[in-house]
Amino acid sequence: MLAAIAFYVLSIVAIASAFAVIAARNPVHSVLFLILTFFNAAGLFVLLGAEFLAMLLVVVYVGAVAVLFLFVVMMLDVDFTELRQGFLSYLPAGFVVALALMGELALVASAAMSADGAPIPLAPAAPSEVTNAEAIGNVLYTDYLLVFQLAGLVLLVAMIGAIVLTLRHRPGVRKQNIAAQVGRRRADAVELKDIRPGQGLG
Amino acid sequence: MEITLTHYLIVAAALFTIGVFGIFVNRKNVIIILMSIELVLLAVNVNLVAFSAYLQNIQGQIFAMLVLTVAAAEAAVGLAILVTYFRNRGGIAVEDINQMRG
Repeated sequence: MLAAIAFYVLSIVAIASAFAVIAARNPVHSVLFLILTFFNAAGLFVLLGAEFLAMLLVVVYVGAVAVLFLFVVMMLDVDFTELRQGFLSYLPAGFVVALALMGELALVASAAMSADGAPIPLAPAAPSEVTNAEAIGNVLYTDYLLVFQLAGLVLLVAMIGAIVLTLRHRPGVRKQNIAAQVGRRRADAVELKDIRPGQGLG
Repeated sequence: MEITLTHYLIVAAALFTIGVFGIFVNRKNVIIILMSIELVLLAVNVNLVAFSAYLQNIQGQIFAMLVLTVAAAEAAVGLAILVTYFRNRGGIAVEDINQMRG
């Protein structure tokens, strides 16, 4: 019973905040609602028994992706009211597509329910000695080792790509040149002038 | 009042639909479009984890993790492109992006 209440609260808040993401006037509010959506989805994952993935969702999305979004939204000085024009003109078409999509997906989901006439209960998690993280690790580092490495490669390529895209060399900017600093010798910098008394450097 | 697989599938379908709807109605705002894509990928993750719990099979969670990786990479590269585009043009209007070719 408590699990059912938790499910309904989490899913309703998740869906409502997901709608607020696309409907909010201010993109900063959108990002904050996105964070709320991810938190509630993480709660749903906990209900499903995927604790490790729930924590991963919080760490990766709330800790990294949402903060990245927030950073970009606040850094770019964009007139967002101008960008919201046309919101109403695309509304009917978007609504038709969304309605059709939702209807079809709900149909498929309810068909899965009534395949044998009875609703499919989620199998209760078998009590075991192995924790969720341990079970994932047992599979991830053995059967899916190649996939795991490829995921790391994807992240590496994304990191290099992001750096290459945003790095720029501006001409005329004075920067510290450590090699030049370290390579400087006394002879390059200091010169002794023998000044004769009463004559100066002449 | 037992929570079944269907409940989770409906929630995922709603999240997916809201994501697609957001791409449609926010045609001019790339940042909201990127967030909508994140919502779509989250819906996929909910589906994967729900089926993983239903089938008592851990592989669904492995794939959800991979989707998470790809989503993070996509957000990073997308936002990097956005920053570069803003720097070059002084705005992020989607209609002008076709001028990027060449």
